[in-house]
Amino acid sequence: MTDLPKPTARKLGLVIDLDTCVGCHACAVSCKEWNAGGIAGPLTDERPYAKDPSGVWFNRVHSYEVAATATQPASTLHFPRSCLHCETPACVTVCPTGASYKRAEDGIVLVDEDKCIGCKLCSWACPYGAREYSPVEGVMKKCTLCVDRIYNETIPEASRQPACVQACPTKARHFGDLGDPASAVSQLVAERGGLPLMPELGYAPVNRYLPPRPRRAGPADEATATAPAETLDASQLNPLLRWLDRALSR
Amino acid sequence: MHPAFSVLFFTTLSGAGYGLLAWTMLLLGFDRGGALLGVAPLLFLGLIGTATTLFTAGLLSSLGHLGQPQRAWRALSQWRSSWLSREGVLAVGVYLPVGLLAWWLSAPLRGESTGAGLGDGARWVILAAALLALATVACTAMIYASLKPVPAWRHPLVLPVYLAFALLTGLLLMLLGQRLSGGLAITPLLVVAGGLALLLAVMKLAYWRGIDRAPLPVSRASALGLPADRVATVFERPHTEANYLTTEMGFVLARKHSRKLRMMALALFALVPVLACLLAWAVPAAATPALALAVLAALLGALVERWLFFAEAKHLVTLYY
Repeated sequence: MTDLPKPTARKLGLVIDLDTCVGCHACAVSCKEWNAGGIAGPLTDERPYAKDPSGVWFNRVHSYEVAATATQPASTLHFPRSCLHCETPACVTVCPTGASYKRAEDGIVLVDEDKCIGCKLCSWACPYGAREYSPVEGVMKKCTLCVDRIYNETIPEASRQPACVQACPTKARHFGDLGDPASAVSQLVAERGGLPLMPELGYAPVNRYLPPRPRRAGPADEATATAPAETLDASQLNPLLRWLDRALSR
Repeated sequence: MHPAFSVLFFTTLSGAGYGLLAWTMLLLGFDRGGALLGVAPLLFLGLIGTATTLFTAGLLSSLGHLGQPQRAWRALSQWRSSWLSREGVLAVGVYLPVGLLAWWLSAPLRGESTGAGLGDGARWVILAAALLALATVACTAMIYASLKPVPAWRHPLVLPVYLAFALLTGLLLMLLGQRLSGGLAITPLLVVAGGLALLLAVMKLAYWRGIDRAPLPVSRASALGLPADRVATVFERPHTEANYLTTEMGFVLARKHSRKLRMMALALFALVPVLACLLAWAVPAAATPALALAVLAALLGALVERWLFFAEAKHLVTLYY
């Protein structure tokens, strides 16, 4: 049913730290690797070795240049974009077949690929670009929050996290229950002022992004200052260099 | 948004078909007593048949948009939350009263005519067919009008424009059908058709003015979770090549040529039909070719307008690109 469940107590999701993300794409690659064989697999690539390869990715890492303000210097921003597992996701309610659904027990938004007719309406309904259509299977694909890892009792307990979280070399990605105010992720969000994306649209994303910490501003004239002029005291040089200096100065 | 031709043909053809059905039902409602006399059953069967052919062709074309068309029946299940599902349910529902009416109207052809018109019960079937047809068009419009990530489609004129296009193309088709079958008095309906074309032109001009002036309701800063005063410009895209998002949502061709295409659409769906209706009114002998031209122009104009409706609409995911 594409009716939404009652607000779920457990809200599993990600917290992504934009201060420490270095834009290495490890999350995107490990996601692709795991999910190519997971329940959402295959994540088909089209023309992978041709001039214009394309394919489904659940994570895409954007990089931006952020202009300086009066108090903050210019900086780069690396921004991993994936499904936010919204509390009121329009991608679920627009689905005509019931293939799109939000789990009542933990709030994960999934696609039942056996029911999906590939009408693409859910991807139109998502402002975050979380859903990507695979023309090879003719169905819609999306992030599963690695539902086949996080509950998987056949893998070591430490590995029961989304692949992207495990792969992140700077620990910029955190996974947990954002419905529990005492959880580590909730406390991190409270401490760092974590934000939902495009909250004005009303989809109530569960995932939170931790904004970059304020940078120390450099000197105000940093960009325009000229390099200090070099002076050479010839009297301090040895005779050979003094002669060279004289000869070259002619 | 990428204008998929399967969807463009679906919305214009099925719109014309449902519009034609609605007008035919109006005519049949008034003419219930004489519906089984002389050539009337043939006229009504022809009109209903044309309408059914049009919306069936549209529905089949929409299946071409699906990745798994053989599962399309599943789309009838989620009418409680999804406008697309509601549209599907109503579109299937239309066939019921249409089939019933076709059976009744073909009685004289089967040699079962009693000379009396359609019974009182037919009233409700006629009303149901007309309402289901228009409600289906309304659902089509609501599929788009309900999508918050595409601000241009949230405009309040989206639903009225979809209905007006269905009514205009449907009415022109019905007038042409009437002329071809020997011609009933159509002068008042010619005035209605001309008026509808003008109303549509006014609504589309207001829509275009509206979407040109409204800035996107969300900023890139909000999409990235940055304070409102930070200006972010793209430094590096996630991938060097295009992907599903950039080809499906990031369509840019139309915005470059929008002015010319808008004028072309206006001339086709408003100017030509108005002039054709004037000609048909002033020179009844020229009514058939004039109406045929009006039908072709209006359908083509609707197709150009529908192409623009998709191609000009900007999806919020483009904020990331």
